[in-house]
Amino acid sequence: MIRVRNLVKTFGDFTAVKDISFEVRQGEIFAFLGPNGAGKTTTIKMLTTLLRPTAGTVELDGLDPLRKQNEARQRFGIVFQDPSLESELTAWENMEIHGVLYHVPRRQRVERTEKLLKLFELWERRNEPVKRFSGGMKRRLEIARGFLHTPKILFLDEPTLGLDPQSRNQLWTHVKGLNETEGVTVFLTTHYMDEADRVAHRIAVIDHGRIVAQGSPAELKAQTQTDSLEHAFLALTGSSIRDESATSADAMRQIAKLWRR
Amino acid sequence: MGAVYILWLRELKRYTRSRAQMVASLGQPLLYLLALGFGLGPVFQQSGNGSYLQFVAPGVIGMTVLFTSIFSGIGLVWDRQFGFLKETLVAPVPRISIVVGKTLGGVTVALLQGTLVVVVCLAAGFRPMSWLAVPRAFLYMALIALVFAGLGTAIGSRVEDMQGLQLIMNFLVLPIFFLSGALFPLEHLPKALGAVTSADPLSYGIDGLRATLIGRSHFGVLTDLSVLAAVAVVLLSIGSYMFSKIEI
Repeated sequence: MIRVRNLVKTFGDFTAVKDISFEVRQGEIFAFLGPNGAGKTTTIKMLTTLLRPTAGTVELDGLDPLRKQNEARQRFGIVFQDPSLESELTAWENMEIHGVLYHVPRRQRVERTEKLLKLFELWERRNEPVKRFSGGMKRRLEIARGFLHTPKILFLDEPTLGLDPQSRNQLWTHVKGLNETEGVTVFLTTHYMDEADRVAHRIAVIDHGRIVAQGSPAELKAQTQTDSLEHAFLALTGSSIRDESATSADAMRQIAKLWRR
Repeated sequence: MGAVYILWLRELKRYTRSRAQMVASLGQPLLYLLALGFGLGPVFQQSGNGSYLQFVAPGVIGMTVLFTSIFSGIGLVWDRQFGFLKETLVAPVPRISIVVGKTLGGVTVALLQGTLVVVVCLAAGFRPMSWLAVPRAFLYMALIALVFAGLGTAIGSRVEDMQGLQLIMNFLVLPIFFLSGALFPLEHLPKALGAVTSADPLSYGIDGLRATLIGRSHFGVLTDLSVLAAVAVVLLSIGSYMFSKIEI
């Protein structure tokens, strides 16, 4: 479903992603793990047409997203690291805009919106502006929205960041459920190793822009002779802390935090 | 087409739902109108220029349209990182329909806000020379809105953080307003100031509003219209181009 060959991305003289290759099979839940600044988000951006690769190829459902951009975009849904809902509008209206942008026929849009909002337990509050939703509800709405146009692939970039254990748990239950019922391929990143261990069929670990290990959670544990994915992860990526320099997005994230309280 | 419409509608709904903001943004024009209108009135009158309230009202209307439209574009800085915009950037629709929908939305909102200020001006005692002039004033308001929505989009697509915005506000938006002849007549200005005001597109918008509403013009209506239309085309093209190049 996703095929990446020798992907490279450089920003000036810094190489964020160094010649990575991997494949994600149809219907698989694939976790892409790595410490901060390892190149996870850069890779997701290249997979989702937001950044142009410096070199290498990407294939989504057999399509080159550079050449067939809109066809490729129609095939995936994405939940970004930062919120991307229109907070003045209601849950229903957010779904409606998404449906129009993804050319979902009206009837189907209405039916599917109802189904997804019910599934994600947001139906009762569909006519409330999103700004009154909790962090977990907003995340659920974003995921429901990502499913609206029946994508073949769903990208989730740290979807559980800042959520309490209850919300995290519930969120993965829904994602797993839809993976099983609709056969959607899921590509996710997270810093919570227990989540990856629980939901992912296969994992790739990226560090300093290179893939250092790939395999099922059990395989990674066996390879590193550890008993938990967390230990396996630390064995693969070392325990030094990565201090990235702050970007403008980080500065704005700080302001956003102040506003959210 | 559906994308343009739905994004236009989004801007409109955002505006009509934030009533508090709507009222708050009337504060500034009201202050200019009342404090300057009545404060500078006597001096203006004595210098033989007639009523200052009559003179400044078109300036205040132009200011409102300027601020509302330019901020609709500059809002991109926030919107593309923490807002809904990112969602539209990965949608299977051409970037041009996104920028058109968003710009038309911004222009519509600027016109609505401008209408509110027209009403406030009338309530404060402003009288256009004929009531038929009011619909014609909307043409100039729309042109001002298009010019600065284009400029705002160009800036909002380029600037990366909130500090940059402060700079833009102090060194671009406020000078555009203060150097436009919104607050003072363009006649008999020192040469340098005269040159700067003629380079400010807002000068032509406010001159056009004044020509229509109180029959007083510095550049002439034909110049006003052609300069505004030309600048609008240029800035909207630059804005759309920059928007199409946004990488997040």
